[in-house]
Amino acid sequence: MASFRTPLGRARGLGAAKHGVGHWIAERVSAAALIPLVLWGVFAAIRLATLDYYGAIAWLNSSALNPTLLVLLVVTSFLHMHAGMRVVIEDYVEKHLSRAGFLLLNLFACALFGALAVFSILKVALGGAV
Amino acid sequence: MVTSILHRATGCALYGGALILALWALALASGPDAYGTFKAVMGSFPGKIVLFGLTLSVFYHLAKGVQHLIWDLGHGYKVQTASMGAVVCIAFSIAATLVVWIIAAMTGAL
Repeated sequence: MASFRTPLGRARGLGAAKHGVGHWIAERVSAAALIPLVLWGVFAAIRLATLDYYGAIAWLNSSALNPTLLVLLVVTSFLHMHAGMRVVIEDYVEKHLSRAGFLLLNLFACALFGALAVFSILKVALGGAV
Repeated sequence: MVTSILHRATGCALYGGALILALWALALASGPDAYGTFKAVMGSFPGKIVLFGLTLSVFYHLAKGVQHLIWDLGHGYKVQTASMGAVVCIAFSIAATLVVWIIAAMTGAL
């Protein structure tokens, strides 16, 4: 006999409609990408710690590789930490309203600081500072 | 058990570390004065404590993350292997942190 229930009606209550998979994969792909990026970032940080402002500007402009890897590090980190903090909030914040608030705060903070970092790096790399 | 919650804790610490990275970029784009202030704050004793903690966190989270990726591939579930992995994560993060700070001291970064 044909069922007159809508697909949504049948799916309700049966668990996640595979929405979690994308999030799960994105977290792991960004994690894998961050392995080399973070190792490079640590050694870049040691180098930068020995340099003053003009040295840092010169370092960033010494090749296209440095600003490129730096932007990739920032973007991947912020995507990864947004995904990670989201899970932490979903695990520990139970009240619906405060959970929504924290999730929004997490998204906005990551978007704001991520954009700020990328724009700043590009500004320096493209010669806006000096 | 302990190393599992440490993965979360270090992840949260690195959230703060990424915000510091963003402030570094902002300071660099703002000019010599702002950059000098940033370097002075991070180079101070409390700043160095924070950076040392972030170095430990970064290497711990990296090692534990690799263990998680191995688990996701379906390996390393034997209790002995998993416990060994936890010890390796802690040992690696301490060793790598010391190496980084020794290199930093030798190159005059401190």
